[in-house]
Amino acid sequence: MDSTTFFANLAAPGFDQLFVTLKALLVSAFPEVIQPLVSIVLSISAIIAVFGLLFAITTVVERKGLGRIQNRPGPNRVGLPWFHVGPLSHLNGFGQWLADGIKTLIKEDIVPRSADKVIHFLAPLSLVVPVLLAFSVLPFGRNMTPIELDAGLLFFFAVGAGTELSVFMAGWSSRNKYSLLGAMRALAQMLSYEIPLILSALTAVMLVGTLSLNDIVVAQEAKPGQWLANWHVFTPWGFAGFILFLIAATAESNRSPFDIPEGESEIIAGYYIEYSGFKFAIFFLGEYFGLFAMSGLAITLFLGGWTAPIAFLSFIPSWMWFFGKLFALIALFIWLRGTLPRVRMDQLMNFAWKFMLPLALINLVNVAVWHYTGGGMVSWVVCTLIIGIPYLLLGRTLFAGQKLGPRTYRYAS
Amino acid sequence: MDAIFAIIAALTVVSAAGAMFLRNLVHCALCLAVTFGGLALLYLKLGAQFVGFAQVLVYVGAVAILILFAILLTRSGQDDGHNLLSNKWWLGAGVAGAVFVTLAMCVQGSFVTGNRIPAAADPSVKAIGTALMSNYVLPLEVIALLLTAALIGAVIIAQKEKETGK
Repeated sequence: MDSTTFFANLAAPGFDQLFVTLKALLVSAFPEVIQPLVSIVLSISAIIAVFGLLFAITTVVERKGLGRIQNRPGPNRVGLPWFHVGPLSHLNGFGQWLADGIKTLIKEDIVPRSADKVIHFLAPLSLVVPVLLAFSVLPFGRNMTPIELDAGLLFFFAVGAGTELSVFMAGWSSRNKYSLLGAMRALAQMLSYEIPLILSALTAVMLVGTLSLNDIVVAQEAKPGQWLANWHVFTPWGFAGFILFLIAATAESNRSPFDIPEGESEIIAGYYIEYSGFKFAIFFLGEYFGLFAMSGLAITLFLGGWTAPIAFLSFIPSWMWFFGKLFALIALFIWLRGTLPRVRMDQLMNFAWKFMLPLALINLVNVAVWHYTGGGMVSWVVCTLIIGIPYLLLGRTLFAGQKLGPRTYRYAS
Repeated sequence: MDAIFAIIAALTVVSAAGAMFLRNLVHCALCLAVTFGGLALLYLKLGAQFVGFAQVLVYVGAVAILILFAILLTRSGQDDGHNLLSNKWWLGAGVAGAVFVTLAMCVQGSFVTGNRIPAAADPSVKAIGTALMSNYVLPLEVIALLLTAALIGAVIIAQKEKETGK
């Protein structure tokens, strides 16, 4: 059929009056008495269905359209300029980091009028410098420790202590009650979780007998004749220590589920509310550097650092092992953030002081028992019981004390 | 006196002076944190790694934070306009002078100024740990007991009083 007849058909009374006919048909199927009622219900439901769907579709079309109009392709599509060739023309969004970096660099830096200018300026710097220093003692590979220190672990924690001060400086100098609240929350959290963090790290120190991070890694390497490496995570105390360390490290680096210092739904963004542009980017950078450093330390202490898990795999370069493990841990942290909801302040504190701290202390005893029983079959059983029974008892008791039930609202009904 | 020592010493002295003379209490506390850091650098300069790092960990990481908490919990850090020096400043100056004279006499009388320089002790972490666990184990345990008592005391003070209802 040619186009004239096609449009003529469309305009025909049958097609034009399609919905009218349909409604008449439906209405006539009902008894005479309720026919007016059915007619009304049909009209109303048509209106609700059509405009409801129209709304749903508009939300999508508007967002896509605005993105196109304002030249925001989105983090799944951004490509790099001059790379628009071949099947990977958009690089699947991996051009986004460059756009973000340029954006934060050239953005206006806004400092509140009542802010303490000097401290406001110094805070992001005093966060990122200590964290960078912490990298200098991590063994990235065989003979690849930037500075080999006799007290490397102590150095790591000492420079980490400086970050707490910078969080306070940021929160206080902004002269904003939300940022001060965020800083106070962050300080309380970091001080509380630093104790289980250090105690769980000490287990490896106790067994190896040195604070030098490189020596701790070497002690975990497979001895000649062994096929499995002596990673600390392969022992009961090491496994418990690794989990404790990982939880405390998540809290130390203010990541979800322990991100209440930022809590965007309650205190907007915590201590860096009043930071914009490049200073904000430095805070962001500092937090991620902190996460990498903590992951690096966890790898060094418990996951064998740059050593291979199985002896015959040691032909793979040592730095590849380190960075492979680092990527795996970063993926784990992203996974945790995507899975777990944020905890409440009191839950956070209770967890640190009533659960993490006792377990970390018991784990210290556990290492001593492991050391003196020789690491055989007997010490496996004994050490698993030493950490497992308190874990179960403490967990059960604290969970029972939670009085979990339907949520009650005090200020809203 | 080499350049590095001069820089560290200047940093420490200037920040200590700032801690005394700045009007905003929070600024004073932050200056004090810099002083603690400067002292740690001096220890490191002398080759005492353990003491230097412990100084940063304890003083910058905990004591400075404690001071800041205390300031924020008790009064605002604002300048309330009164005189920086107390009326009885001469009393404080007298005490400081007496302490200085005592210390100076001790230093003058000690081996540092004489010719009897003892063999440098091994400052490694291992040596310090061995010493703490053998020769100095009793003082260590006494300090541990004291800290535990302080911790329990803090918990008792912080506890809600149940008997005295509102």
